[in-house]
Formats: sequence, structure tokens, C-alpha cells
Amino acid sequence: MSTFATQFLKQARVMAGDLRHRQIIRTALGNYGIARDKGKTSFQDWEGARQLAAETKWEAVNHLDQYLEEFVAKIEARRTKVHWASTSEQAREIILQIVRDKNARSIIKSKAMTAEEIHLNDALEAAGLNVVENDLGEFIVQLRHETPYHIVFPSMHLTRGEISELFQRELGSAPTDDPQELTMIARRVLRKKFLTADIGITGANFAIAETGMISITENEGNARLTAALPKTMITLLGIEKVLPKLEDLALFLPMLATMGTGQALTCYNTMYGGPRQPGESDGPEEWHIVLLDNHRTELLADAEQRDALHCIRCGACLNVCPIFRNVGGHTYGTTYSGPIGSVITPHLRGLQDWKHLSNASTLCGACTETCPVKIDLHHHLLQNRRNASATQPAFFERLAYQIFGSITNRPALWAIAKKLGRWGQPLQNLVKGSALDPAKAWTRTRELPPLANESFKDWWRNRK
Amino acid sequence: MTITLFIPCFVDALFPRAGISMVEILERLGHTVVCPEEIACCGQPAFNSGYWDQSRPVAAKVLEQLKDAETVVIGSGSCGAMVKKFYPELFAKTPQAELARQIAARTWEFSDFLVSKLGVTDLGAAFPHKVTFHDGCHGLRELGIKQSPRKLLANVQGLQLVEMAEAETCCGFGGTFAAKFPMISTAMGEVKCASAVETGAEFVVSNDSSCLMHLQGLLSRQGKPIKTIHLAEVLNHR
Repeated sequence: MSTFATQFLKQARVMAGDLRHRQIIRTALGNYGIARDKGKTSFQDWEGARQLAAETKWEAVNHLDQYLEEFVAKIEARRTKVHWASTSEQAREIILQIVRDKNARSIIKSKAMTAEEIHLNDALEAAGLNVVENDLGEFIVQLRHETPYHIVFPSMHLTRGEISELFQRELGSAPTDDPQELTMIARRVLRKKFLTADIGITGANFAIAETGMISITENEGNARLTAALPKTMITLLGIEKVLPKLEDLALFLPMLATMGTGQALTCYNTMYGGPRQPGESDGPEEWHIVLLDNHRTELLADAEQRDALHCIRCGACLNVCPIFRNVGGHTYGTTYSGPIGSVITPHLRGLQDWKHLSNASTLCGACTETCPVKIDLHHHLLQNRRNASATQPAFFERLAYQIFGSITNRPALWAIAKKLGRWGQPLQNLVKGSALDPAKAWTRTRELPPLANESFKDWWRNRK
Repeated sequence: MTITLFIPCFVDALFPRAGISMVEILERLGHTVVCPEEIACCGQPAFNSGYWDQSRPVAAKVLEQLKDAETVVIGSGSCGAMVKKFYPELFAKTPQAELARQIAARTWEFSDFLVSKLGVTDLGAAFPHKVTFHDGCHGLRELGIKQSPRKLLANVQGLQLVEMAEAETCCGFGGTFAAKFPMISTAMGEVKCASAVETGAEFVVSNDSSCLMHLQGLLSRQGKPIKTIHLAEVLNHR
């Protein structure tokens, strides 16, 4: 078992029994669910919208080379500098080089999961830079030295009281549990950082090939300020974010808002076409775009799971996932949690190290049912399991299925197995739930049903 | 018609009443029921764990035994999904691919067979209890069965159906998942059980015995009075 799997199991055991956590997440996602379902009804035809979104992303992903080149040519024509990064290391190095060229000391950064994926903050801080997250949720988890709990709601695992205590401790603020007051405390700190930052870093929700623009969706205006104040801007995004046409946003912006937060549209949706142009009075002087591969092209080469690149990072699959809801985001131990994380992490970080995430699912399919871009999520979990056991089978597990199969395939053996089970069950009951119980994984928390004295097959035979 | 009824291994060994009820219901409707004695398991445990090579011989035996069957009914949404949805995938690019597709097309989950194929919704059953219905995930999302069991329950005399908030949420069983990740499985089951108990129902009904085994296991351990029962047993009660 990989060390990541061991860590996952350990953490999952703790979190699954944490009733306080369960209640916090249930309340937060309960409210989200109501808003999301209401939002879906404002689409004339939600299923039609999903189909169109899936087809648009299919087109973009299956012609990614063309659309990326188109996007780059258009945005470069407006003096934006585009960098291609094959790996996380390259992306970090490109960004560090820009930072060094600018002699930058302080960086303001709006929410970007891609930056979490490449561990950008660690690299910047190791280089002696001051990096401040300016999305409220990200700001909170940064103060706690934590990674985001959820790709859309980074601090959803915290209560107002916990955030207030954190602010008192880290920022010296007065106690309050008023959300507006808490927001104002963060805002007062962040405004100063915005004004003094040398460089702003953002992610992107979409990149439009047709016009060479990036589109950023947010609720706090922090990304707009990040793009407005510092002289140098860096946008880091995965290559799969490209959409063919500007009009595609007419579908994707409301869809992302509806599934992400349950809003009709988020408060701010901004398109950026590069740095300040001649004759313009504002905007950054320099704009760098870093396009990240980091194993995405390998996923692209996998015809079976390529649709995982459709993902718009709305987090809807996490929100409905009973595994996520019970173990929480941090348990996954990697940037992308929930069903989409369990599908793509084995591709991004190695199948054998991360296959446990694909196993940790009942394949219930709630994720696939909710996904707005129709990624076949739970079947991809199954394919990851198949691929993992085909290349590196677990000896005893494979043997167990071989034996079970040879028994169930032979009626006489199956009848004997049931009889032995009936005799063995009273003995097993004596050690039920203890370390000696062969069924302890089940019986520690659950009762086993008794094997029937007369099985169905017995009944059928006797009846004839 | 002649119906080939495939009773899955765990129903055979643990919940024979569910299988017997299916036979009795189908016969009462005037059909001839045959149960192939040669097969027990559909191959799902190995398949879902990724061991497709170990699953294939088990599934191949099922194909062999069902190849002449005119209509196949399976007493579980989960095993039904295995045959209907996953056999064609499991046997893709093998000599049995075509047979797998044909059998998948002739196979039905029990409740959906009654409603969608036979057009029967009233079986003359009586079950004077307050019940709540659990949608097993495979039946619900792989086979799209949501209304059939409810249409059948609606015509059971004296039965009051109260939907639970988490009706469509997974119960946490998930086959080998329940043993590989027992704590997550238990947490999921607790959420489901709490939702069922909240309705004030006396019974949790489902068309999947495996989910019910999980829920009953938890409810019994928790000492909750609510009981689980397979849909077929409710429909066979008079």
C-alpha cells in the first residue's frame, strides 16, 4: 500500500467518525443543494444545456492543439507573453524567473487551484517572497497554514467562531461572529496588500480561443483588483481551460455559477485580453500567461477518460459525493478532492500511488448524474481500478476472486460453502467484532444477517 | 411467457424470502418461471474491484446459462446493472460480445419488469404499514429505475409511503467497499439510517437486498426498531 493510501485510510477513519464535521458539511451543502436546484430551473432545458456544454468541451478538448494555438496567437498579438510549462517544476521556474526579473518582493494572489496543484506558494515563499491570498476563503486557510478544503469553498469546514478566533490570534482583531464584520477585518488587511504588491497572480476559469481572452469568475472582486493594481500580472491555467468561442461563455458562466455556488451568475465575471494597450489608462503594464500541461496531455491521449478534461472545476461532484461529505476534502491528501480528484489524480500523480482514491467509492454515480459537462466520473473510477489491478494486481485479492468464482460456478461447491457458512456462523458469533473475527471489518459496526437454513436454491429444488 | 429468474448469490444464501416472493408473484401472474441452478454469482465483486479477468469466467457461465432464455429477470438492481450495463463492456472485443449484448437487452430488474414490460402495477398485495423506499444506486442510476417500485407500492393496500430526504443517497454498502473502507461505509450508512428513521416509517423497502443487508446490519446494532424488507416480499404480502 502506498504511503498516500495509508495516510488516506488513517485520516478517513478519523473524519468518518467526526460527527461535528459531518454536521457542518451537511448544513453547508444542504443550503447549496437548495440553491443549485432552484438555479437549474432557470435554464429552459437543463439536460439540453448539459449536452451542449459536454459537446462544446468535447470539441475544444478533441481539437485542443488548434484552439490553444488560436488563443495564444490572439492574446500574444496584444503584447501578452505566453509561456508553456510541461511540468509543475517548469511552471514554478517560469513564474520565479518573472518574479526575479521584476525584483518583486510582494505578491497578491487570487484563488487558483492550478497554483495549488503546482505548490506555487511554497516555491515563492522559499524564494523569500511575501505571498498573500486575497480570496476570503483562501486567505483564511492560508492563515491556518492549510490547503483549501474544497475547490470552490476553501474554508467550508470552518465555523464563524473558528474564523473569528483565527483572526483574533493572527490579525489581532476583536471577537465577532458577524460574517460581514469578519469580511471587513480581512478586507482591511488585504487592501493594504493590494496597494503594495509588485505582482498579481490569478488563475482562469476559461480561455477563449476566438478572441484570445481569459475569463475569471468570482464573487468578491478580488481577482479584478489583482488584475488592476500591480504592474505585472501572471495568469496560470491548465491547457484544458480553452473554449472555442466567446459566445460559449453565455452557457458556461451561468452553468458554472449554478453548479458551483447555486447562483444565477457570480457577482463578477471579467474577461481580460492582455496588458494595458497603447492609449489605455489602466491595467497592468505586463501580462504573462503560463499554460500548464502537468500530465494533462497524457489524459488527453486516454480516449476512454479524455472527457475528464471537460471539467470546469465547479465542485458539484464533490458536493453530492457521500464519500467527500463524510471524509472531507483534506483527507484526500491532494489538490483535487472528491470524484473528479479521484479520477484525475491517478493520471496526474501516478496510478499505483493514488489508486486507493478510485477504490474509495461505492460507484453510486451521484457525481456523474450531477456533472454539468457530463464526465463519466464513476465509470472512470472503475476503469482506474481495472487498469491498476491489470498492471499490479494484489496477490491475495486476485486469489480470493478466483476462489470465489470457482465456488459460485460449481453448484455442488456453492451448496457446500453455504452449509459450511451455516455451521461456522455460530462460532463466528462468539468472537463477533473482535480481532479474531474474520468478518470484523463488517461486524465492528454492523450485524451480519444469518445464513438461511433453507437457501433459495434449496427451496427451489425441494419444490420441484 | 417463460421467465428465467436469476437469483443472485447473496439473495440465495441470505434472503431466500425475497427470491421466493418473486417466483410466487410471477407464477400468480400466469407465467412459467425457471431458475437456472448452475449459476450463483454475476461476477460483480471481482468486476467492481477491477479484476475483470477473474470476473469474466463467472460472467461467461451466466451468459452460457442464459443464452436460450427468452426473458431474464434478476432479483437485484445491482446485479441487473451488471448484466444489462456492464456485461457488454466486460465482453467487448471478445467472442462473446454479441451474446452479452443480446442477453443485456433481454434482461430486466424485477420491479421494472413488472411495470415496464408486463404493465402490471397492482398485485393485490396488502401491507398495512408506514414504509420508506431506498433507491439502490445501480438500479437508480445505471438502469434509471425510479418510478416502477413506487407505482407498485402505490397499489399495496394499507401501505403508506413516506419519502425520506436521502432516498437517493447511497447507503454505503458498495460491495467490497464495505470491507475495504468500513468506517466510511458505516458513516454513509448512518446518514441513510438517520434519514429513514426520521420519516417515522416502520420499514425500509428496497429492490436491492444488498443495500438492505447493510442498513439492517446498522439498524440492528443501533437497536433501532425500524426493519428492512425487500420490495418483492411486500408485494407478495396479503
